[in-house]
Amino acid sequence: MLAMNYRGPKRVRVSEKPLPEIKHPEDAIVRVTRSCICGSDLHLYNGNVPDTRVGMTFGHEFTGVVVEVGADVTKVKVGDHVLVPFNVACGRCVFCKQGMFGNCHESNPEATAVGGIFGYSHTAGGHEGGQAEYARVPYANVGPTVIPEGMDPDDAVLLTDVVPTGYQAAEMGGIQTGDTVVVFGAGPVGIMAARCAWLFGAGRVIIIDKEDYRLEFAKNYAHCEAYNFEKDMDDPVVFIKKITDWLGADVCIDAVGAEAAGNAMQTITGRKLLLQAGSATALHWAINSVKKGGVVSIVGVYGPTDNLIPIGNVVNKGITIRGNQASVKRLLPRLIEHVQNGVINPKGLITHRIPLQDVADGYRLFAEKLDNCIKPLLIMPSAGR
Amino acid sequence: MQPTAQEFSHIPGWGIDADPENDPTYPIRDRTGEFTKKYDWPRPPQQPIDIETLHSIERPNQPAVIGNSVPPYGLSGMIRRFAFKYSESHYGHWLPLLLADRVSVVEGIVEDLAHGHVPNIFAEKGYKAHWKHDPKGLALRLATTAAIAGGIVLLLTSGKRKSRS
Repeated sequence: MLAMNYRGPKRVRVSEKPLPEIKHPEDAIVRVTRSCICGSDLHLYNGNVPDTRVGMTFGHEFTGVVVEVGADVTKVKVGDHVLVPFNVACGRCVFCKQGMFGNCHESNPEATAVGGIFGYSHTAGGHEGGQAEYARVPYANVGPTVIPEGMDPDDAVLLTDVVPTGYQAAEMGGIQTGDTVVVFGAGPVGIMAARCAWLFGAGRVIIIDKEDYRLEFAKNYAHCEAYNFEKDMDDPVVFIKKITDWLGADVCIDAVGAEAAGNAMQTITGRKLLLQAGSATALHWAINSVKKGGVVSIVGVYGPTDNLIPIGNVVNKGITIRGNQASVKRLLPRLIEHVQNGVINPKGLITHRIPLQDVADGYRLFAEKLDNCIKPLLIMPSAGR
Repeated sequence: MQPTAQEFSHIPGWGIDADPENDPTYPIRDRTGEFTKKYDWPRPPQQPIDIETLHSIERPNQPAVIGNSVPPYGLSGMIRRFAFKYSESHYGHWLPLLLADRVSVVEGIVEDLAHGHVPNIFAEKGYKAHWKHDPKGLALRLATTAAIAGGIVLLLTSGKRKSRS
């Protein structure tokens, strides 16, 4: 089969790989129909996540048709068209039982801090990803969910990560009616977080980025205020204080993670020299922009080592910091309802449709923010419905 | 089982202000005591471990399911095995893994060449798309890289010349 193949920082290609096999009685094999490149794939692409091995296939946002199931699989059958949450989750450990499907303890040998994630380095379990014609899906009784009749597969594929992650970012903010919410980062997740903040009753939603085309997109898609931190302000923290009656926002969301721009010291130490686990500029701004007693919600992805953030201000301001990988399975029923009722329009985020064979160009487009790229979708050679 | 005040009777005031609703860490907090607090849940069947899989020393065993993407191999594999002697809280774990990642890039190129495949770096880096949408930016970046590389070579060779004279 054809599969994306990581060859080193900023180098990927498509290669022939053996077809995946059933390795566990609860496995399924799916023929991938849609697969996205995620903003967090760029951390792998740039070589920032330790234990990203040459030869691995990335991809944790995908849908597919079940072509084979293991002996103990009862919840899906051959022929089902399923969306596959990015978490590999057993559904039985103490963390899954409490709705923390992103923190499963039975899916990742290499690290205990994070559960298994498809195609996300060996630090997240070494599971092959879905940027391929076929993928092995462990714990098929838990994760894969049959795409409801009539749902567009382009909507379904974004329910595997972007929508739940954006939604959980807002949920973790504990947004109360009338709150001012600031989202750092106008990538797909940030835009979705801004959109979802309204669902929790926010009174004002502001998004901050440095790419005008993304801000324009966010303004229209998420109905929020949008500001360019390079053009509209000298200092984002002062700017946010000023527009929030000098108190700060009730909730700040970091939807950027390790690739943040905006601070030379963070960029050099975090992105260029890898002396910290990515550039923590957005998180730094979030902590300093939130109101005393406010909540900072983190869904931006950082590496597993250390970051320079103003922890003293967290204490002094009485801030609550919440973060997690989205618990896709827990959120799916509500989010499917939102999509079916037209409350959320996930496929509106897709700007590029790229054949798997051109995956290197897709990564480049997305990483360099070329051609007004918001969300690239990979089309498999064998894509059906 | 939920802990009881009796168990903690030696700690004055234990639990008197506990507010189960005030818990930002768990989406669905177990408030019933139904779930175990120990590593004793009914585990899924164990996937046969038929490839080398390194596991964190912060857990006693392999999880029931493991990924089988790329087993450790070559020099990078030796470095990875060394890294897994340290916990996830240790630079001795993460920095060697980053080093191993870079070593495996070289191993990947050697492997390609050994199989008679010359990697097309231009295509793998997606330069076609970059050239199509931002030729000026790409040209500038390549020129800057070439200038820096040239400068370093010049610096190194002039140092050699000086030491000879």
